[in-house]
Amino acid sequence: MAERPEDLNLPNAVITRIIKEALPDGVNISKEARSAISRAASVFVLYATSCANNFAMKGKRKTLNASDVLSAMEEMEFQRFITPLKEALEAYRREQKGKKEASEQKKKDKDKKTDSEEQDRSRDEDNEEDEERLEEEEQNEEEDVDN
Amino acid sequence: MADVAVGKDKCGEQRLVSLPLSRIRVIMKSSPEVSSINQEALVLTAKATELFVQYLATYSYRHGSGKEKKALTYNDLANTAEESDTFQFLADILPKKILASKYLKMLKEKKEEDEDDEGSDDDEAES
Repeated sequence: MAERPEDLNLPNAVITRIIKEALPDGVNISKEARSAISRAASVFVLYATSCANNFAMKGKRKTLNASDVLSAMEEMEFQRFITPLKEALEAYRREQKGKKEASEQKKKDKDKKTDSEEQDRSRDEDNEEDEERLEEEEQNEEEDVDN
Repeated sequence: MADVAVGKDKCGEQRLVSLPLSRIRVIMKSSPEVSSINQEALVLTAKATELFVQYLATYSYRHGSGKEKKALTYNDLANTAEESDTFQFLADILPKKILASKYLKMLKEKKEEDEDDEGSDDDEAES
């Protein structure tokens, strides 16, 4: 998976933005400090993954899930992250649900239109095809995650 | 899918996670014992990493020396790794910087110690 060592780095621009947003305005962050935090973040991901994996193994599961990650935070003494993480998880689930409903709604709308003009219908079908392709891509991505 | 949760969307609304999920997944998968990760676990790990970056930065700044100068330096981070239990796991990758002359002196002292009572160092390493 990670063929080059730089694949294990996180994008500096994003890391810098997160640091800047966390610190008071006008604080100077040395270049060395930025790259150190970035490295620390990669190590954090590995450490969290390894802890979460232990919980998955204890539960005789092969796939890491949300509760494994939350248990890992507790184990790593980052309990302070648990509440915001649970909130993020709720938000993520709502977002996923919203997306699903939106695509179902689109399908319903399309069904209603089946009686309308031939031209309109074909245009709709084109859109539908695009969506299906997108969904397929998403599915592939998820399979990728599971492998 | 990975791009969905990155950065800000068209309306300028804050996304759930700003770190790229694809990259987080590559890092997670680089761990050999991990076979698969579901999407929720991936999103949570990415979010946790963001919280971690914020916490490490603010903690080091608050406990650091650069507060008067409004600066966050490498040494502030190295101090955090050395002094805080929670951030102890970073000690190896954020070593404290010392002068070469001081290091050489440390080496010399250690060598003398070893010569004083041989083998005791090995015992310490094992315990």
